Amino acid sequence: MNADIRPIRTAAESSLGDIFAAAREELPGGEAALRVRDEAFAVVGRKGLPNRRVEDWKYTDLRALMREARPLADTPGADEVEAARALLPFGEVAARRVVFVNGRLSPDLSDMDTLEEGLSIAPLAVALAGDAVSALALKGVPNDNAVVALNTAFAADGLVIAVSDGAKIDRPIHVANIQTGAAHASYGRVLVSVGKGGSITLIESHVGDSGAHQTNTLIGLDIADGASAKVLKLQDEGLGTLHLATLAARLGAKAFFESVSLATGSSAARQQIYLDFAGDKAKAEVFGAGLAAGGKRHLDTTLVIDHRTLGCSSRELFKTALDGEARSVFQGRITVRPGAQKTDGKMMANALLLSETAEADAKPELEIFADDVVCGHGATVGAIDDELLFYLMARGIPKAEAEGLLVQAFVGEALESVDDDALRDALSARAERWLSERV
Amino acid sequence: MLSIKNLHASIEDKPILRGLDLEVKAGEVHAIMGPNGSGKSTLSYVLAGKPDYEVTDGSATLEGEDLLALEADERAIRGLFLAFQYPLEIPGVATMTFLKTALNAQRRARGEDELPTPAFMKLVREKADGLGISTDMLKRGLNVGFSGGEKKRNEVLQMALLEPKLCVLDETDSGLDIDALKIVSEGVNALRAKNRGFVVITHYQRLLDHIRPDIVHVMAKGRIVRTGGPELAHELEAQGYAAYAADAA
Repeated sequence: MNADIRPIRTAAESSLGDIFAAAREELPGGEAALRVRDEAFAVVGRKGLPNRRVEDWKYTDLRALMREARPLADTPGADEVEAARALLPFGEVAARRVVFVNGRLSPDLSDMDTLEEGLSIAPLAVALAGDAVSALALKGVPNDNAVVALNTAFAADGLVIAVSDGAKIDRPIHVANIQTGAAHASYGRVLVSVGKGGSITLIESHVGDSGAHQTNTLIGLDIADGASAKVLKLQDEGLGTLHLATLAARLGAKAFFESVSLATGSSAARQQIYLDFAGDKAKAEVFGAGLAAGGKRHLDTTLVIDHRTLGCSSRELFKTALDGEARSVFQGRITVRPGAQKTDGKMMANALLLSETAEADAKPELEIFADDVVCGHGATVGAIDDELLFYLMARGIPKAEAEGLLVQAFVGEALESVDDDALRDALSARAERWLSERV
Repeated sequence: MLSIKNLHASIEDKPILRGLDLEVKAGEVHAIMGPNGSGKSTLSYVLAGKPDYEVTDGSATLEGEDLLALEADERAIRGLFLAFQYPLEIPGVATMTFLKTALNAQRRARGEDELPTPAFMKLVREKADGLGISTDMLKRGLNVGFSGGEKKRNEVLQMALLEPKLCVLDETDSGLDIDALKIVSEGVNALRAKNRGFVVITHYQRLLDHIRPDIVHVMAKGRIVRTGGPELAHELEAQGYAAYAADAA
């Protein structure tokens, strides 16, 4: 099908082509994987990077945000591993740590020994050596999405985590992604399957130095009937980094999924979340808080929620505070298919603008094809409430500190459901630090 | 202590205070009564520094310092406290966090050390117990889910904790049943001191049975139109404000 490949136009698009051509033979997974990777890369090869004329990318022009394509990261040297060690977050959180430095699994920094009964963790390469096609071409994920396609094309490292039926893994697994050293691109993929009635908590952190890195990570979860999975994320990349991330979860009957995230970093970020309700009476909760100040920082959250089974419920709450010329984008689509009667879906996005020049764009969408459902969405954009500010100041709290309290209260609502105290405290402390640095 | 001279203030170009004079000495409790719309609440907001109001003439000083030149937080630090008629709810800011932030902001501004958490907790517990404020309430979001009475008690708790020089109580009795009124009044009375002044703004004489004023003023159309002893409050209760509304017109 080479006939319909259009000439690649931008510098980034043409170097992506060169980088892929040079790397494709070296990427893990053999022939079967290569076919999927070629197909995935062709999505970008054919259409280029999505720009604002593409509906899903209207507010986040990836072609403009990615003017150049960074080279793929080399295997990190000892210096980079040491630099990464110093950047590791959540030291106070009791979790099993698996660390990726510049996208490469770092055994020195990771703890993959003495796994709990019912838990298995393997490098992505192991899965690619087996059934490469199902590890790369995921179900329930739009494989023609540019961010997903690039991840499929380039993912060289990552994890495959499996929880067997009935196994409750109490100790969270912290997947830390650290970028350090020369500007580079890194791609990672974590696939998690939770067997019937099993449970797992994944913490993902993204931190790094101030380099102009480009990261693209994908987490795919398959949550079987009656199983439970939580993903708690801190996106605190260096302020030069472009962060692209996809979270996809498929929920079986009576499964439970929760995602809580705090975004404080990166120059520009897009978090895509795809929920696929595949069994009846499953429940999902997705909460996010975003803080962006200064420069032209850009935070995009794109949710696609597909209710196709009976009696499922989904809750989404996103809170963003923006200062300077920062901009947030919230796109949320809930689809309720004809068979998904008794669906209960609620989605809310609130943005707080702390400056005259900040911007928040919200695009909530409901597509309902069933007649017995409860669905709602809302979006608000506002400034700090002067009455509340006066109340705090009338008690002697200086204006900047009073504003900080109000912003923290505003975004705090999205972090409340984190039940690990140490983790919640660490996230709150990060938000607090953002506020104190803003002033 | 508090000296207000010929104070004029307006909101959105509409004059509300029109030449108000008031002198409050340390240790005194002044009541300001008056019909609705006479400018009582405006006076409290103008003193506390609410940005919506514009002072067009006159002066207000606390211990000789020009209040009107200060931001709201600076006025609080100088010792002015406004007990709000409608205390605001702030979900996500725990009452305890709010109290601690306020107390430490004031201590810092006065060049004192911040109070360490254990000492702070002990202090709050002592003050809160007397006002019937539970630990659970202190953990909740500021005033969130508090009844009208609980909100007012929380205002008195803040007053007790911050130990201001001049307390302005804006219709503290509104929305209180008789039991809550008693608790709040006892809390206020416990704070009466030789070095502290009070301005108690109220529509009804009822509050003044509990917080006994030294001096009672009648406010109408943005000015103090009559000043007397505690007996004036009873007279107003019996005769209403009709005479003053007419007088000033």
